[in-house]
Amino acid sequence: MITVLYFASLRESLGRSSEQITLPATVRDLESLRALLVARGGAWEEGLAPGRPVRAAVNQSMAHGDTRVADGDEVAFFPPVTGG
Amino acid sequence: MTVKIQTADFDLSTEIAALRRGNARVGAVASFVGVVRDINDGGTVAEMTLEHYPGMTEKAIEEIIGQARSRWNVLNVLVIHRVGQLKPLDQIVLVVVAGEHRGEAFAACEFIMDFLKTRAPFWKKEQTGKGARWVEARQVDDVAADRWRLKG
Repeated sequence: MITVLYFASLRESLGRSSEQITLPATVRDLESLRALLVARGGAWEEGLAPGRPVRAAVNQSMAHGDTRVADGDEVAFFPPVTGG
Repeated sequence: MTVKIQTADFDLSTEIAALRRGNARVGAVASFVGVVRDINDGGTVAEMTLEHYPGMTEKAIEEIIGQARSRWNVLNVLVIHRVGQLKPLDQIVLVVVAGEHRGEAFAACEFIMDFLKTRAPFWKKEQTGKGARWVEARQVDDVAADRWRLKG
């Protein structure tokens, strides 16, 4: 089980701020997790499609497609940051 | 080194006094205050909401301060970033760097601000005359952060 968080415009378009996901054996990194979410279709496919400017973090550190994801992790997806 | 994410406003003089209190090694204090403007991308901004990622935001800023300290001899750093509802004229972000000499204090302050803009998880949503919109990341901010690779 992992926790997935969504922020800002992505949270709004997906209609949720967090969820628990039981990892299928095929999901081992961020890229395959993102593909799992895209396969839900609709707003998920639109918001997380490859090429969309989506950033991600694993356990609160910026991460990339090949970053490993394992049980107990906190994963977050969000748009490019706009603070300051 | 202090990082604060808060809804409350801040006072520059109070924060600087606290940062250098009793430390006679401090010869230079550089600070940056970011303020909400009433216009962005050609639209009038009435109000904005700042969202962040509790936990990661603090951690990301602490890492940026750590990188600044590894590059420059810095004695103390304070970063305050406000979240929640903000209006034009409101203060939004404060970076204060205390060092022995001005060159290091100036450089570290600018470095921290440039990386905060591109690496710290905050998102702005503006209320404009045409409705609400999420602010898009600007490439000029990436360029500002990238130039530190060539400098220093």
